[in-house]
Amino acid sequence: MNEQPVICTRDLTRYFGGKPAVEGLNLEVPRGSVFAFLGRNGSGKTTTIRMLLGLMQPTRGGGTILGHNICALPTAARARIGYLTEEHQLYGWMNVKECGDFQSRFYPRWNEKVFRGVVGHFHLRMTARVKDLSRGERAGLCLGLTLAPEPELLILDDPTLGLDPVACRSLVESMVYLTRRSDRTIFFSSHQLADVERVADYIAILDHSVLRACCPLETFRNSVQQVRLRFPGAPPPLPEIPGLLQAFRAEGELRLTCVHYNGATETALRALAPEQLELVPLSLEDAFISYLGDRGEKSFILSETEAEL
Amino acid sequence: MKFNFTISTGSKVAIYKQITDQVWMAVATGKLAVGDQLPSVRALAEELVVNPNTIAHAYSDLTRDGLIEARAGRGVFIVQKRKVYTAEEAWRRLEPLLDAAIGEAMALDFTPQELKVAFDQKLDLWTQAKGGSPDHE
Repeated sequence: MNEQPVICTRDLTRYFGGKPAVEGLNLEVPRGSVFAFLGRNGSGKTTTIRMLLGLMQPTRGGGTILGHNICALPTAARARIGYLTEEHQLYGWMNVKECGDFQSRFYPRWNEKVFRGVVGHFHLRMTARVKDLSRGERAGLCLGLTLAPEPELLILDDPTLGLDPVACRSLVESMVYLTRRSDRTIFFSSHQLADVERVADYIAILDHSVLRACCPLETFRNSVQQVRLRFPGAPPPLPEIPGLLQAFRAEGELRLTCVHYNGATETALRALAPEQLELVPLSLEDAFISYLGDRGEKSFILSETEAEL
Repeated sequence: MKFNFTISTGSKVAIYKQITDQVWMAVATGKLAVGDQLPSVRALAEELVVNPNTIAHAYSDLTRDGLIEARAGRGVFIVQKRKVYTAEEAWRRLEPLLDAAIGEAMALDFTPQELKVAFDQKLDLWTQAKGGSPDHE
């Protein structure tokens, strides 16, 4: 891909009182992608997003967003980015229509049709007071306010947090609908792997402030696999296996979860002389949990370049 | 008649693969026939609430395998399956399937003789179901 990425960071780092929140982040988000930003609570996702938007200064390193330095983001560029925060901050005394009117004054390219479309999709009345809205309805209103300026880059920080399944689905439907404009990029953080599986074409995984994967979703799925080895008696002790994430030992069976399973891994495993060796695909959730689980080595990083090898 | 796709998240099978599997199965069981139209990439993506690239991936695999064809301005259709693999490639794909079946059967303590009989019986059933004429010449 020779087109400039929409978001690009180099060594992006932020410390809070001597403790790293984000450490040496090199992230590239291709234009037009639906990019899921994953990681456990406190892994540094929100801090990263705040730095990308110039809301927080990095301790070290930097990056660009829509081609502009994240530390000196011009207002015109800011207007091309839609940002939906975790908290859905709104004025409780306004009604839905007033929220739209208020927000529209800040954006020269406000599209009232989009605002009404999104708000309608979440079944909101224009006259409903914000303070009377449910959590899902507030999310719908915020989404409408974020989408109406027709941003070319949409940054959603855990958009489905605390929403009921119906509201979640409405939000994911909106995301699919948004891909109609092919140059629009959606960058979202989430813990809902089912949603990620539906809409993401790229993922990045932060783990304890460090980036551990940044690749197409499919590359990740293909790279993390489980292999089952059957033995006539007790399984032999395990030698060093490159890319081993987790190992389970059972009666007559070894179950290993590996990343980058390849010919070399297979040779190493065949040397244990198993009766049978079987590769088992994993669900996205199982792969993710194995990848971030506590056991196994953690010195590798999945990237697009590696995946092509 | 409209063919209904269903997908599930959290499966071991990737969503694009669930879609290609369903088309293969529908054609094999006659639910889809040559000339039937599939929804457009965009329409199916919005119906199933998945990324359009996932549908495009499934359709591109099905096109490569000669099961569907996109006709400019008209849509995507089921076509007569052509033989698209070289003999070598076909063998390469067959081998892991045989290995998996035989491996599982051995683990279930079947003897090679029993397996051969079972295989022949199954083969008879399949060729009868297809009207007695196997696909390949």
